[in-house]
Amino acid sequence: MSFEIIKPGLMSTFQDLGRLNHQSLGIPVAGALDVNAHRLANVLVGNSPEMATLEMTLIAPTLRVTAPACIALSGADLGPAINGFAVPMNRPLVLREGDTLSFVRRRHGARAYMSVFCGYSLSNMFGSTSTYLRSAIGGFNGRALKQKDVIQINRSIGDTDLELLAQNLWDFKIYLRASLVKSGSTKIRIIKSAQWADFTVESRANLITQPFKVTPISDRMGYRLEGPELKLSQPRQMISESVVFGTIQVPVGGQAIILMADRQTTGGYPKIAYVASVDHPLLAQMMPGDTFTFSLIDIAEAQQLDLKREQDLEDLEQQLRPIRQLLEEACTPAIECCSIQT
Amino acid sequence: MSEIPATLKTKYSIRPQGDRCLNVDFGDAISPETGRICLSASAAFRAADLPGIFEIVPSYISVALHYRPTALSMAHGSAYEMLTERIHDLLKNGLPDLTQESRVIEIPICYGGTHGPDLIDIAKRINLSPEEVIARHSQSPAMVYMLGFAPGCPYVALLDPVFAIPRRDVPVTAVPAGAVVVANRQNLIYPSTLPCGWHILGATPLKMFDVQRNPAVLLAPGDHLKFVPISLDEFNDMKHAQEVAELCV
Repeated sequence: MSFEIIKPGLMSTFQDLGRLNHQSLGIPVAGALDVNAHRLANVLVGNSPEMATLEMTLIAPTLRVTAPACIALSGADLGPAINGFAVPMNRPLVLREGDTLSFVRRRHGARAYMSVFCGYSLSNMFGSTSTYLRSAIGGFNGRALKQKDVIQINRSIGDTDLELLAQNLWDFKIYLRASLVKSGSTKIRIIKSAQWADFTVESRANLITQPFKVTPISDRMGYRLEGPELKLSQPRQMISESVVFGTIQVPVGGQAIILMADRQTTGGYPKIAYVASVDHPLLAQMMPGDTFTFSLIDIAEAQQLDLKREQDLEDLEQQLRPIRQLLEEACTPAIECCSIQT
Repeated sequence: MSEIPATLKTKYSIRPQGDRCLNVDFGDAISPETGRICLSASAAFRAADLPGIFEIVPSYISVALHYRPTALSMAHGSAYEMLTERIHDLLKNGLPDLTQESRVIEIPICYGGTHGPDLIDIAKRINLSPEEVIARHSQSPAMVYMLGFAPGCPYVALLDPVFAIPRRDVPVTAVPAGAVVVANRQNLIYPSTLPCGWHILGATPLKMFDVQRNPAVLLAPGDHLKFVPISLDEFNDMKHAQEVAELCV
């Protein structure tokens, strides 16, 4: 019951919803960069959202399965293929013993997420299985996948008619609302920080009118941007405090950095704005060289948009509940090994 | 019989950090008083079990409340406004003073030499002898205000104004675990090998972060620290004892 890694890809790590409730001890949150895609991949195989998925960056791994399994792929389309035949994104897929999953060509996005029915067997640290690379904790041995790694899965699909199961899953209609899949938008919505007015008029105007580019010095910790110089009207010392995903901070030199999932828990740089949560997935799917512009919204609008996205996801979870049932029935003997959130 | 805790009357202001976090600020400069208020407020927020809040993170002058706006009703305004009202309600009668509950933890430190390469330079800068620097550092009241930078890394404010030393101009790329570093009247103790823009006074054999240990993180916000100078031999003995203990697990 395992996945054998034939080629590791560029950077593949297991991630869940993040290591919450330990930031006051300095332990970073980590977790999936594109939480929408992560949750979507899980719901497509009947998993609860807190199960880890494999986050695969730009060049995805090639792997062989040793027992039947049901997987789903969401987020970036890196050109998935089973035994060389193209397979669709955002569908439950049945893998048979000996099948090889590979990725042929990137079509869009930077990060794909792979779920497996009932999840991967991973190390749980501080209440999460997310990999945090800098401290080598969580996920698979606290690191990105390497060639010849063998990843255990919690449960394989039993001795069942795989053709019939695949057909039944294929017949299942899946409607994805626009808020849950890639939009191709290059407009990132932001909310002013409390220090907004401390930046020069020119900096503020530039932030919302000029394009910004994701530089190669960008990773799961933060994206360093290239764009107009941003500066405070009067330089001042900030006192370190808790920071959040999407913080646009401005270090000396004036080139903005957006903090992402592997950010440190605290920071002391001036902050000009925060990326609205609804657009975090858009950011997560950007790669070095991509350009975009920022546009301002207020906090009430940002929270309404976030609510809409959440409701769409919850509706989808309801709609796809029968997938769970199909897969449970395919497993004989039926052993309850993981529970779905109701 | 337990005494009713003293109440801290406090001024504060609330500001959003994006759409999923808000900060309650209790001051604008680092002080033991403000630090204590932040810790008391964190405890009060935790006890109040406010809706949607999943994480409370205190720092020097502020407490961050991370929340899920989708868990709050948005029928009468934004989730941010809803939560802000709840916080005003909670704070209108002041805060219980929880300082009696803090721990005192001894931190043995081997100052100077290879473990504290900046001791002599620091002493020159502030016109003290290295011995005086060690005395001032180990006698300065020290409290953990927050953890950050890396897992288990404590931010300790030093009350002695002699430690108001600017950061170094060029950071050192790798400073080992246990390093005790100072700048701007603050003190960090390194949990692992990391780059450093501060000045290295010494090192402790204690591990700030160890995933094999329970709890993995040694210190918590609110802990009072007592720095105890030790010799290089004592440092080595303690390190050796630690390694032996680890082998026996």
